[in-house]
Amino acid sequence: MSAVKPRLEELVEEAQRVLAICNACRYCEGYCAVFPALERRLSFDEHDVHYLANLCHNCGACLYACQYAPPHEFQLNFPRVLAQVRKETYKKYAWPRAFAAAFERNGVAVSLATGASLALALLFTALTVDPSRLFSAWSDAHGSFYAVIPHEAMVTSFGLLSLFVVVALVMSLTGFWAAPGEDTAGLAQPQPLAAATWDAAGLRYLDGGGDGCTYPDARPSFARRNFHHLTSYGFMLCFAATSVATIYHYVFAWKAPYPFYSLPVILGTLGGIGLLAGPLGLLWLRVRRDPELADASQTGMDVGFIALLFFVSLTGLALLILRETRAMGTLLAVHLGFVLALFVTLPYGKFVHALYRFAALARFHIERRRPLPEIGTE
Amino acid sequence: MDPARTYDLLVVGGGNAALCAAITARRSGLAVLLVESAPIHFRGGNSRHTRNMRTMHAGPLDVLTGEYSEEEYWQDLLKVTGGLTDERLARMAIRETERHLPWMKQHGVRFQAPLGGTLHLARTNAFFLGGGKALVNAYYAAADALGIEVSYDTEVVEIALRDARFTSATVRRKGALHEIRARALVVASGGFESNLAWLREAWGPPADNFIVRGTPYNMGTVLKLLLAKGARQVSDPMQGHCVAIDARSPRFDGGIVTRVDALSLGIVVNRNAQRFYDEGEDFWPKRYAIWGRLVAAEPDQIAFSIIDHKSMGKFMPPVFPPVKAGSIGELATLLALDPAALEATVARFNAALRPGTFDHTILDDCATEGLTPPKTHWARAIDAPPYYAYPLRPGITFTYLGVAIDDKARMLMRDGKTAQNIFAAGEIMAGNVLGKGYLAGIGMAIGTTFGRIAGAEAARHVRG
Repeated sequence: MSAVKPRLEELVEEAQRVLAICNACRYCEGYCAVFPALERRLSFDEHDVHYLANLCHNCGACLYACQYAPPHEFQLNFPRVLAQVRKETYKKYAWPRAFAAAFERNGVAVSLATGASLALALLFTALTVDPSRLFSAWSDAHGSFYAVIPHEAMVTSFGLLSLFVVVALVMSLTGFWAAPGEDTAGLAQPQPLAAATWDAAGLRYLDGGGDGCTYPDARPSFARRNFHHLTSYGFMLCFAATSVATIYHYVFAWKAPYPFYSLPVILGTLGGIGLLAGPLGLLWLRVRRDPELADASQTGMDVGFIALLFFVSLTGLALLILRETRAMGTLLAVHLGFVLALFVTLPYGKFVHALYRFAALARFHIERRRPLPEIGTE
Repeated sequence: MDPARTYDLLVVGGGNAALCAAITARRSGLAVLLVESAPIHFRGGNSRHTRNMRTMHAGPLDVLTGEYSEEEYWQDLLKVTGGLTDERLARMAIRETERHLPWMKQHGVRFQAPLGGTLHLARTNAFFLGGGKALVNAYYAAADALGIEVSYDTEVVEIALRDARFTSATVRRKGALHEIRARALVVASGGFESNLAWLREAWGPPADNFIVRGTPYNMGTVLKLLLAKGARQVSDPMQGHCVAIDARSPRFDGGIVTRVDALSLGIVVNRNAQRFYDEGEDFWPKRYAIWGRLVAAEPDQIAFSIIDHKSMGKFMPPVFPPVKAGSIGELATLLALDPAALEATVARFNAALRPGTFDHTILDDCATEGLTPPKTHWARAIDAPPYYAYPLRPGITFTYLGVAIDDKARMLMRDGKTAQNIFAAGEIMAGNVLGKGYLAGIGMAIGTTFGRIAGAEAARHVRG
């Protein structure tokens, strides 16, 4: 299966075969949301397959519990087929569609984007900043970063880019949501939304049904959930740091760089530490994980995103520490290069898993409020 | 596995009963070797395919509603076995079940609320989170942590007894024979359900049409050895847990998904397109557990469950798609039945219906009148196309032929002696409790109870 490049139709067929077995068996019902969700159905169309695939957190518990897992002749590998479908989801709902190709060899795409972003940032800096300014040490009192790259240049470029990223992500999300005929307004129902947020915030289903994921091997462990928390909350803290800094700048006219004890720096430092430890931990687990659980073709996508987060954080923290030295100018360019790469690849890389996972959780909570189909007693 | 040493205990088998015995004995300090004939991926015998344990309980427990008393449990067992049971051993198995839950949890087994479509078991059966393979995995992890030696792909081919005492066993691993010595032996190696030649010996040619729902590794080698060496036999080779399953299932190891749950919603006909039993007699599990033998008694051991559009989607979804047709005649042709005969059977059935209010959740009043055999509940006209059919075959889950034991799980000999250091648990002794019929989840109750007893008694024997 993994040797042949699976097309969406082939994958949907395989998923339908597997889902029919799971629906007749149901032993894994207590592990996560996927099984109760599939039991609401007697047959599975392509939209159902996308939905269930993105509801799956790939905790691995069901594979180890499965009496039909390879080498059984049914060759049932539920986590893997759902992982393969997820890649197809990302491609199918990428916006604009032309960029879907980025998911095909995502590791290469992210690497190229990173290389180009770094080159662009360095080139821009080299061409626009006088070498005497670039390689000087600027104290905080001298405005540090903005002495090298003007504030307007940063805001204009990243502002426009953010706008595009937000539009692309919203288009992907609504495309995914509306495809099976769900009302887009459904995404705004407060109760399911709150429940989905709660599940996502705590990674409720990354727990193997209570004892932790069977990841990276058969022994249940919470390591993956913890490293994922470090990563995602690190990411959010960095985002919060930027937001607070924006408010400081425009509302209070307090200009960066901010002192070490200021809110943006504290948030950014904590987030940065999370974004170092989390990605390292995830990579460490990933190397040791059972290959049965994985779709080998997605290694580039996973590693690309994780590595990018790591380097954004590493360069950001280095910049913080060395901001009053002569290395600051170059470091700033490198850091902005990584941040640019992260922004550019956000809608076309692993980040989108959060989007579809959240939508699937919201749908799960909406469906839960609907009556169960009547199937009598066995 | 070290042929140079003498183990305290050799456990033969790798399913629930074997693991319960091994863990119990190890916790009492015994040096335990467990030999499993299957490779690691298929370890666990039929426990791999189980999902719950029928459990007695005085009041609501975390995963069990209401109460299920010893007496009610016993009456349920009495009903399905028609009295073919040993009351003392049966009540032992029943009484111990409630005490098993904390012990199972302590060794990593987790429980969950009853699965979708199994609410009728919510009061009586405790469901394992992830099913039997997850339970088996948990026990192997516990065994590993406790220092129990496990050897996979290791089949016992000879057992040496001296005056009803176990001295050593010969095992085959990777083609080589080894002699293993131990102070005590627990046999928990299952029935002989995977042994097609033995099934044919017992059933004759019909056995060629049986499907084995469970493990392909229960060849009954140890059972045969022990019976040949003078163990007292319980039950007979034709008794077992046998249900009607989809005829398209794999020959072995299809497990739970092979079940067809549409039987009571329509009619069931044989190769001659004739009905042969009351499809609406009773609820599952009684219905479930008798249909294997019913189909086994029909020509060519084949039958067809036929429903119409009204019933589609009203039962647990089977794994194989139904045969579908726009008319009864066309359906018959697809099933290689005589179209005229099937049309006549359906017409006769439809004409015999008396009015009633259909309710699949109770024994309703929809029944036939003046029809042989009757359908006493849930009888509705088969008149709404499209029509659907599922082909059925007898599906053997496990056999009941076994060795007799006493209340310490010690094996009894034909000559009246008691084997002092041989203990039996699980399928190999289930026939002591189950003479015939089946009660959902009692296999795991028997295996856990006598597995733990066997382990504890083996420890008592070895440590004196």
